[in-house]
Amino acid sequence: MPDLLAARSQMAVSLAFHILFAVVGIGMPVLMVVAEQRWRMTGDAVCLELAKRWAKGTAILFAVGAVSGTVLSFELGLLWPGFMEFAGPVIGMPFSLEGFAFFTEAIFLGIYLYGWDRISPRAHLWAGVMVAVSGAASGIFVVIANAWMNAPTGFDVVQGRVANVDPIAGMLNPMAFQQTLHMTLASYAATGFAVAGIHAFLLLADRQNAFHRRALAIALLVGAPAAVLQPISGDLSARAVAAYQPAKLAAMESHFETGRRVPLVIGGWPDMEARETRYAIRIPGGLSFLAHHDLDAEVAGLDQVPRADWPNVPIVHAAFQLMVGLGSFMALVAAWAGLLAYRRRDLCASTWFLRALALAAPMGFIAIEAGWTVTEVGRQPWIVYGVLRTAEAVTPMPGLIVPFLGFSLLYCFLGVIVAWLLYRQIIRSPRPTEWTRVYAPARRPRAA
Amino acid sequence: MPLDLTLADILAAILALALNAYVLLGGADFGGGVWDLLATGPRRDRQREVISHAIGPIWEANHVWLILAIVLTFSCFPPVFARLGIVLHIPLTLMLVGIVLRGSAFTFRTYDDQHDAVQRRWGRIFAGASLVTPVLLGVCIGAVAAGRAGPVPAHGSFADRFVAPWLTPFSLAVGLLTLALFAHLAAVFLTLESDDPEMVEDFRARALWSGGALFVAAFGALVVARTHAPLLGTGLLVSPWSLPFHVVTGLAASAVLAALWWRRYHLARVAVGVQVSLILWGWGVSQYPYLIPPDLTIAGAAAPAVTLRLVLIALGLGVVVLLPSLVYLFRVFKAAPSHSVRGPKGEH
Ligand code: HDD
Ligand code: HEM
Ligand code: HEM
Repeated sequence: MPDLLAARSQMAVSLAFHILFAVVGIGMPVLMVVAEQRWRMTGDAVCLELAKRWAKGTAILFAVGAVSGTVLSFELGLLWPGFMEFAGPVIGMPFSLEGFAFFTEAIFLGIYLYGWDRISPRAHLWAGVMVAVSGAASGIFVVIANAWMNAPTGFDVVQGRVANVDPIAGMLNPMAFQQTLHMTLASYAATGFAVAGIHAFLLLADRQNAFHRRALAIALLVGAPAAVLQPISGDLSARAVAAYQPAKLAAMESHFETGRRVPLVIGGWPDMEARETRYAIRIPGGLSFLAHHDLDAEVAGLDQVPRADWPNVPIVHAAFQLMVGLGSFMALVAAWAGLLAYRRRDLCASTWFLRALALAAPMGFIAIEAGWTVTEVGRQPWIVYGVLRTAEAVTPMPGLIVPFLGFSLLYCFLGVIVAWLLYRQIIRSPRPTEWTRVYAPARRPRAA
Repeated sequence: MPLDLTLADILAAILALALNAYVLLGGADFGGGVWDLLATGPRRDRQREVISHAIGPIWEANHVWLILAIVLTFSCFPPVFARLGIVLHIPLTLMLVGIVLRGSAFTFRTYDDQHDAVQRRWGRIFAGASLVTPVLLGVCIGAVAAGRAGPVPAHGSFADRFVAPWLTPFSLAVGLLTLALFAHLAAVFLTLESDDPEMVEDFRARALWSGGALFVAAFGALVVARTHAPLLGTGLLVSPWSLPFHVVTGLAASAVLAALWWRRYHLARVAVGVQVSLILWGWGVSQYPYLIPPDLTIAGAAAPAVTLRLVLIALGLGVVVLLPSLVYLFRVFKAAPSHSVRGPKGEH
């Protein structure tokens, strides 16, 4: 395996692993806080039990997120010293701010987890809110750094080095808003659907279980609105990609020839020799409309880019189709839930609804991995779009296949353990005695 | 000596402060793992419990100091980050594996509370990783301090380019020194983590003899430095700063042992903090103005002034949010003696 490929694979494995935990770190605190607030308002012990179990799950996942994130921040230097030396002055800013967000998050998570009987209930709830806010902030800052890699601004290149650096302009790059919005919504949608889906699955066998019913309702409250908004936010992203990274858009759509009234290509497989997409459904004018909101607009194709600089079209195209497909399904399920709730129906009465939710449980996470594949693979061969090539940024160290395989094994091992622990500790329905053994905060809430 | 500090100097000092905080707080957490590994005698399980209660709520916050140091390095001194990533690729990667295993094994052990063989296995991984990681951190520091982390030559054998810079007697000596330092630090801190007199005595004994080990390790490192790391050796022994530094550090070290002897644990805690910080700053000052001798200076490696200024502003804002939060964290968990600290399930 060539060293560049090993380095890219190691980075991809590390990020793909880390992002799962990062997403949970953004989404789960919101669920905990909602459950705790409900318990405070209604005195419902099931909600307290949920808040505690979720907190426990979050603690496990947060720790793995923290260590895998640490690996990532070192890997930026271990694998891409050329990139960091070049880009550090411009994008150090969001990373520094991210550092503070982690700090706040870690502090308040410690207080939240271990402080149940040490601080007042109100302070405890606020600690949870702080965890949720700083979790979202850390995600936003790091995605801003990534958006800069896609649409770099705030510097000039003079003789191969950055000059006239303006870190604020770098943070306000033209992809930043779209990507951070899309990623934050993705975190809520993925976490909410995963939790709701797991409990829906368990409810199918045990329809009246109060624990699973409450869990499902709270998770949908967070996940469903995000899932409905996600296609709209995705449309914003797609238009920004069309404007700033035409090669990536062309790869996403496997759109080879520049032209007007370009059809939207759904599914199919790009044939790179023939430069056409086989077995696809085409909607006339669809891509022109989506990219520029005009059926007759011109959309640049891959023919505008030298062949050697094409990203891997089949991967990008397939990943994009996967994300959009899953996103559409999730949005439909969310709308269904909204309809049922609007009509004041019992969500858990409909077997088909529960089945659809259970099916959707992993979809948010798969869509996130697919979306990042689109973003990162679609940017190749550039590490900073149009400015610095990935091949120029990689470390001179040979033998990179060794750390790649090592970290991959380590991550597989951790992944299996985490799944098993979550099952053993969190998901399994509690025995009634487990949640009547009360371990309430220092002061009891007023009865509702 | 006239003090005309530049912006870059200030940021380098803040970087050193972040490292200092990491060594003090994160170092103690690693040391706790070492004592978990070395827990012996009839009170073995209780010792482990005290350690895990002491680390539980704070290790993640302590760990972030390392992240802060990393982030400051690549924002403010990008060539330094790039150089470290290339020259120290191997020990840094191994250290990362240690960090991953330590953190996740500790968490798995805490939350997988079934008291079975699985949980004990996590305990062993946690403790083993706590032993190895500080040594690797020390090896990296040793390589930089010895001035061996210069530019990697374009040609030569793999061993010459990527192994020789850090696999030296001096680096290994610094690795062992770091381990002894963290273990000593943790033992001193742990005397305050329980009000069971037997526990306190256990940790006092450990603090005393790890203090002895620390003296041996420090002396050993100094001897090796004279032959293997002339740059640092002379910095530590000859520069005008060096004598007062050695004297004060020695005083602090003796104060720690004396305070332990007379069971003045709060005093011991302060003194050991001072001692550890002085060792770190002694290293920093001895290689000033170099960040990575022999070629990368603070001024030479610094990012453009705008970046430095903005990072400084961000740090200022961050401090406003962070300091009160940190104080709150430690007040909630470290003010009362730990017998009342409860796990997340509240059982005890
Ligand atoms: C729950 C997850 C999820 C769902 C349901 C969707 N996405 Fe997405 N998408 C992501 C999760 C995601 C992501 C993983 O979060 C990405 C990667 C980079 C980013 O900013 O968000 C992403 C990237 C991404 C990009 C590329 C941005 C770039 O390269 O800079 C586009 C164009 C879209 N998405 C469009 C859509 C559309 C039209 C969807 C319609 C249903 C959609 N996404 C659903
Ligand atoms: C190059 C990419 C990335 C780097 C270098 C990186 C770095 C880090 C680091 C150093 C940590 C650990 C901080 C701690 O100790 O608590 C961390 C955790 C975290 N990261 Fe990342 N990260 C990257 C990508 C992302 C992305 C894209 C997101 C989100 C959208 C994200 C969200 C988070 C969150 C929320 C945490 C907190 C841990 C948790 O809750 O699980 N990270 N990251
Ligand atoms: C956390 C979510 C993310 C995921 C899942 C992800 C995914 C990926 C993937 C799949 C690659 C390999 C691309 C290829 O092989 O062509 C990659 C590369 C890379 N990513 Fe991301 N990415 C994420 C976020 C980020 C962020 C926020 C940064 C910020 C700096 C970043 C920096 C990099 C770098 C430096 C590389 C290596 C160079 C490259 O191939 O472009 N990534 N990432």
